[in-house]
Amino acid sequence: MIQLKVNGVRRSFDGDPEMPLMWYLRDGLGLTGTKFGCGIGVCGSCVVHQNGAAVRACMTPVKAAAGAEIVTIEALGSGFDSALHPVQKAWMAHNVPQCGYCQAGQIMQAAALLKSKPHPTDADIDQGMAGNICRCGTYQRIRAAIKAAAGEAV
Amino acid sequence: MNRIENVSRRGFLHGVLSTGAFVLGAQFVPEALYGSSPEDGAASLTSGGPAGDPVGATAFHPNVFVGLEPDGTVVIVAHRSEMGTGSRTSLPRIVADEMEADWSRVRIVQATGDAKYGDQDTDGSHSVRSFFDAMREHGATARTMLVEAAALQWNVPVGECEASPRPHVITHVPTGRTVGYGELAAAAARLPVPPKESLRFKPRSEWRYIGKDAAIFDLEDICTGKAGYGMDAHLDGMLYASIEHPPVLGGKVASLNASDALKVAGVRQTVAIDPFKPPHAFQPLGGVAVIADNTWAALQGRQKLKITWDEGANASFNSDAYRRELEQTVRQPCKVAWNVGDVDAEFARSAKTIEAGYYVPLLAHASMEPPVAVADFRDGHVEAWAPVQDPQSVQETVGKVLGIPKENVVCHVTLLGGGFGRKSKPDFVAEAAVLSKKTGKPVKVVWTREDDIQFDYYHTVAATYMKAALGANGMPTAWLQRSAFPPIGSSFELNNTYGSGGELGMGWTDTPFAIANFRAENGPAEAHVRIGWLRSVANIYHAFAVQSFAAELAHAAGRDPLDYLLALVGPDRVIDKKDLGAGYENMGADYKDYPVDTARIKRVAQLAAEQAGWGNRNLGSGQGMGVAVHRSFLTYVATVVQVEIDHQGKVQIGRVDTAVDAGTIVNPDSVRNQFEGAAVFSTSLAKYGEITATNGAIKQHNFQDYPMCRIHEAPREIHVHIVENDAPPAGVGEPGVPPFAPALCNAIFAATGKRVRELPLTRSGLV
Repeated sequence: MIQLKVNGVRRSFDGDPEMPLMWYLRDGLGLTGTKFGCGIGVCGSCVVHQNGAAVRACMTPVKAAAGAEIVTIEALGSGFDSALHPVQKAWMAHNVPQCGYCQAGQIMQAAALLKSKPHPTDADIDQGMAGNICRCGTYQRIRAAIKAAAGEAV
Repeated sequence: MNRIENVSRRGFLHGVLSTGAFVLGAQFVPEALYGSSPEDGAASLTSGGPAGDPVGATAFHPNVFVGLEPDGTVVIVAHRSEMGTGSRTSLPRIVADEMEADWSRVRIVQATGDAKYGDQDTDGSHSVRSFFDAMREHGATARTMLVEAAALQWNVPVGECEASPRPHVITHVPTGRTVGYGELAAAAARLPVPPKESLRFKPRSEWRYIGKDAAIFDLEDICTGKAGYGMDAHLDGMLYASIEHPPVLGGKVASLNASDALKVAGVRQTVAIDPFKPPHAFQPLGGVAVIADNTWAALQGRQKLKITWDEGANASFNSDAYRRELEQTVRQPCKVAWNVGDVDAEFARSAKTIEAGYYVPLLAHASMEPPVAVADFRDGHVEAWAPVQDPQSVQETVGKVLGIPKENVVCHVTLLGGGFGRKSKPDFVAEAAVLSKKTGKPVKVVWTREDDIQFDYYHTVAATYMKAALGANGMPTAWLQRSAFPPIGSSFELNNTYGSGGELGMGWTDTPFAIANFRAENGPAEAHVRIGWLRSVANIYHAFAVQSFAAELAHAAGRDPLDYLLALVGPDRVIDKKDLGAGYENMGADYKDYPVDTARIKRVAQLAAEQAGWGNRNLGSGQGMGVAVHRSFLTYVATVVQVEIDHQGKVQIGRVDTAVDAGTIVNPDSVRNQFEGAAVFSTSLAKYGEITATNGAIKQHNFQDYPMCRIHEAPREIHVHIVENDAPPAGVGEPGVPPFAPALCNAIFAATGKRVRELPLTRSGLV
């Protein structure tokens, strides 16, 4: 039995400990905001926060999240006014999404980036976001939204 | 579109709208795009009658709806699929504008697949174009009836009542009193529908939403993880399936040992799926499905399957050899698709001829959401939830594959995590339906990224050959272009090897150059993989060849590429349809409404160049600028790309300027987003896009060997310049793609003197 906390709720998992956290979140807990995109950790659609750091949930076996605090897109805004994280607000102000499928991962990655670099340079954004693919090609708006959210995110 | 009717009492949208709601509907009969009308179209013409009548001839089926709840909520049905192009927002905005509705009080509901909606195939960049007038008519009708209802309620002349300037209320102008829309719903529901001829449409100057930036309807849901995609569909008690497909198209299972797979915890069973009967069309590919309690168990079980395959004839397909065949084909005379004058005579007498061959490989769609579907088969009926561009095609395909009437198939359309043409082919939904029938449970079929890359309906591989004779002034006196590519038709018809009129009409038989002798030809090519349409389709390889070759001729003539391109297009004129290739389809649009207008072509080229600082910007060594212009989906687009070659000889894309003339624009911000995205999509295509096969099996697997452009390598600045005009609306989802790759390669030539004639750039050492 693996114990972990997901979006503030204690969970016990008794399935295959090798199961990627992504499938546990999606199939097990119904937290479908975390998306399946590649399954090999190269597209970033499945980014969640583990103890505050961005991780690829498709490459994180549940056993590696034992005892951890996991936050998914569904709870990113918890604790903020209007229940939206500043990154989410900036994403909305810039009309970033097209199809939107990758955007939860982009937002989770950007929130983690801003936590470590509150005022990222273009190079910081390049480096921090290069693991997240957007097939619709919204990178220009992602960059602008991150800059807009800089300084407000915690 | 046939006449709009008041269907408030007829129970349409039962469960969506309350019984007191005011509802308008109409049967939309698709115009030229797909030719024929639905069978019940004629019946609906005669099904009119006083409002509220139960209407004996119940053949009337509304398909474009606007409903008004007594609480003032306006409900608009989206019958097109949302895959990121914004049509789920743009079309309702048109209704709301004419209706003078308050956008914040609009709710959008997604239509299921049903022939009563007319064409639902969200493809070909025509959602706004085809439905702009219908949406306005619905909005104007509703507004007119609400004005009338208010006048009756106040017992004042209709002419004293207005629906503006405040939205969502009717004002009695002489007294200033107002009444809210919701309060008028019941009264409006009892009124007859005014004839279309009596409607007053708002002048452009009064448009409230059309032409104004707007956030997409699902924005907050997307940003908070609440938006529902196909991948998120869930039914209680459903099982999860992952399918091992035959690695070669047309292959069959020779032997199967599933014993290890069945030992995986959570795996319930394996199910064989029959191979398709050629032509494959949208049938499942066949193979072996592993059925499990969750996706992970299904994937684990699948890895433990031991299958040997009978691979069949397509195992002979090798991309390198195939390329040589295509290139040989276009070096020989091919079938003439369009001819003007006498190219051969001019070549014979000309002192200077130039020739070049170009090549664009197979491409995969790779939408971020891989194909996925949930289906529930019960008692000869199927209910499916899927991210599909064409839910009616789900009905047809599932019906055919299971041998049930298509009417017994209900397809709920989720949001699409990208589509790009892939998701109008519903093979994966048919797989879920087959597996649900075989297991007796609802089944969710999840394709992995590897499945998506290896079993796509690929954008076709194309070789082209170009030849021109140059006159004394450096301009061509003759131009020959030949293409060969396995056509989309090969997916639907055996031995179909030539490009269709539709494919050739995408930049091959409508090349808008003023050249006295011009011939476009097309040669045969057999398909060995499933061929389909991908964002901008045949325009990709046609524009690559034409716009690259134009720049090559400019260089040969010692002319500025932009000036030369404008001279090639020639004088301002509307090209006569008879001067385009025979049977030119013009995307199904009426040619008199959407002619090829060379002034608009030149305007976008000049605008993009001007904004990019063409000719004025001091470019350093290793820097260059390239231009290309292309009309597709009835929209005129020019792109200027600036590049720099770094010290390692790799190309860096700097600034991109794209000028767009798509006629009337509904949501400019959405349009900018589409063209920004097209530059990135095209960067992926140009830098990396290549699917290859060895012995019939696709060699690429996932994003590590079929890479996508990432943020650090995307164009540093993308500027989209929208030409404002009153022309009817044209496409915006696709036409940003075709000019990008040739503009990029023209920029590389300007920077290096090296002409790139094959994609992707990885083949030229530039990446």
